[in-house]
Amino acid sequence: MTPSSAPARVAVITFPGSQDDRDAVLALNNLGAQAVPVWHADEELPDVGAVVLPGGFSYGDYLRAGALARFSPAMEAVARFAADGGIVLGICNGFQILCEAGLLPGILRGNVSLDFVCRDVPVRVERADTAFTSRCASGQRLVIPVKHGEGCWYADDELVSELEENGQILLRYEENPNGSLRDVAGVINREGNVMGLMPHPEHAVDPLLGSPDGALILESMLDAVRERAAVPA
Amino acid sequence: MKVSVLVRPKAGILDPQGEAVEGSLRKLGFEVSGARVGRLIDLEVEGSPDEARTKVDEMCHKLLANPLIESYEIELHDA
Repeated sequence: MTPSSAPARVAVITFPGSQDDRDAVLALNNLGAQAVPVWHADEELPDVGAVVLPGGFSYGDYLRAGALARFSPAMEAVARFAADGGIVLGICNGFQILCEAGLLPGILRGNVSLDFVCRDVPVRVERADTAFTSRCASGQRLVIPVKHGEGCWYADDELVSELEENGQILLRYEENPNGSLRDVAGVINREGNVMGLMPHPEHAVDPLLGSPDGALILESMLDAVRERAAVPA
Repeated sequence: MKVSVLVRPKAGILDPQGEAVEGSLRKLGFEVSGARVGRLIDLEVEGSPDEARTKVDEMCHKLLANPLIESYEIELHDA
């Protein structure tokens, strides 16, 4: 048996107030991965190839969305995992947590409309040469649902120019639902191992429920995990 | 020592909440402009005024304000 034939193991962290953790586990398992639930108070991560921070309202979104979750023991472990090059995907609240933790650039603010938005949105994949988009084509349009009140991504001019130059803006809305700067729907870190996005790929993995486009992002991530596992250390 | 931290959206940052509040005030007949909505955090901190200020400044950096979008002001109150 080659290492690459083993299922990709992915930790899914549950914070108090997470609500999409079980959908993330279900989606990953349906895509052939082995999802491993992790509680926010756990100080160590299990042996996994990637970590998913799910959507929800961790710690009630008190102070700022994601601001309190970043100090949980599990997040400290995730920060170490990411620093060692581990693959981390933050979805919605998970994206907010990664921004607050300084693992991704920018911040998510209240939607410009002040309304909670919950609907399918088209997003454009800006780059297909990353661990999270390798199954997509550059410029491909994906339809994935959003559901958030604080999804308006913001960064100052200097930071935005830097991100554009580095190709770190990975997904852009084709119809901006929240007023995010430059239509940003998802960003990746400079090193390419941490990504966050407001749309929910885990809610878009089955044609029966609408679009299966979210599976492309999750499967890209699982490919990256398996590829890494196949490379002898 | 009692300390208040005032957190505000930075100048130039769009503040939809402030705009909504301003719109409602205008509907009520008040002539206002420049409404901005921030946050007030009251704390009790041990130590001298200088020590308290230093500690609260660190709290602001680490948690209470996000420097990308917010500015803060620390007010010390007499015991």
